[in-house]
Amino acid sequence: MNTIEVEIVTPERVVYRGDARIVVARGAEGDLGILPNHIPMVTPLKIAPILVKKHDGADDKIAVSGGMMEVRKDKVTILAESAELAEEIDVNRAIAAKERAERRLAESGKEDIDFKRAQMSLQRAMTRLDVAGK
Amino acid sequence: MAGGLREIKARIKSVQNTRQITKAMKMVDAAKLRRAQERAEAARPYAEKMREVVMSIAAGTSGAKHPMLDSRPVKRTGYVVITSDRGLAGGYNANVLRMVSRTIAERHKSQDEYTIFVLGRKGRDFFKKRNYPISEEFVNMSDSPTFASIRNVARGAVQMFADGGIDELYLVYNKFVSAIQQEPTELRLLPLADVEKVEGTPTYDFEPSADEVLADLLPKYAETLIFSALLDAKASEHGARMTAMGNATDNATDMIERYTLFYNRARQAAITQEIAEIVGGASALE
Repeated sequence: MNTIEVEIVTPERVVYRGDARIVVARGAEGDLGILPNHIPMVTPLKIAPILVKKHDGADDKIAVSGGMMEVRKDKVTILAESAELAEEIDVNRAIAAKERAERRLAESGKEDIDFKRAQMSLQRAMTRLDVAGK
Repeated sequence: MAGGLREIKARIKSVQNTRQITKAMKMVDAAKLRRAQERAEAARPYAEKMREVVMSIAAGTSGAKHPMLDSRPVKRTGYVVITSDRGLAGGYNANVLRMVSRTIAERHKSQDEYTIFVLGRKGRDFFKKRNYPISEEFVNMSDSPTFASIRNVARGAVQMFADGGIDELYLVYNKFVSAIQQEPTELRLLPLADVEKVEGTPTYDFEPSADEVLADLLPKYAETLIFSALLDAKASEHGARMTAMGNATDNATDMIERYTLFYNRARQAAITQEIAEIVGGASALE
């Protein structure tokens, strides 16, 4: 069977390691589906869930932010500033962060640095909630 | 003589208390050292992978350019100095701070030529007291610092380089050699000059482009290096404190031994004198 190894690493620890049939990630240029034997590639990642589809039909979702993906023929390595598995996510905190970010977005003008920051934190919160399945 | 006895006894008691504390601190730091080493170990894959990718891009044939890879004339230098929040760690902080102030005295004529990013209260107090220019400081770090917690300082330093506020960036910290040996080390962080091709890395495709990937990656790489150094320094700190407290405990044990000997001698002398007095008194009655 054709598999590709997946590893998700943060500065603090290795978050995820497994074998996949296909890895779906959101790169700087749009969504990417990585199959085994993909051409070697490097791309920054947007704040979004990483979907790891396995052979037994089970899927793993991992919330990733500030990441970069390195692809080799038989291995995908994702380097991220933070990454969490579904069961590690604090749902209440994510909901609170989402509401806070939405409030800031409603208040601030478009050109603000705060606006960008609020947008990023909203993105992070929504990614987390998506992965946690809430 | 009886007064002297009581004094010695109090001394013994006090040194015993001190020994109890230093012994406990030694054991606590031994445990923390092990944890700090594990964390430094856990952080290694990230830093190594990062390095591998950066090197393969920078050394690749794609001819990618980035200001962080090029040396430019140095008008102002930044120093990231890692110290601890708490003392009682032997020469841990003093070694690093001495190294920094000596280097600065050698290299720079005026305060406009350098700036300091300091981590740890001991370093902050040292530089503040002596009026060194501090750009950014970070105190009250936990024993197991997270990447997020030091990101402001790391990003600040890297950003200042990118904006042209400084033209090179050095990192000064205690490198962990072993539990009993730490080495104050100075490392040039930016520009990243020592680019060499790592064997066996494939030639990558870049999306959107090599330059853009590099622009995204290099600041992160520099931040990662600072974080790795911090984890290393933490391990060094606990090692240094463990050794210092071990020595303190040994010294206290020696002291207690010596005082106990004094005490027994004084007690013996007092008894002998008393007997002599009684005998003297008895013979006077005969």
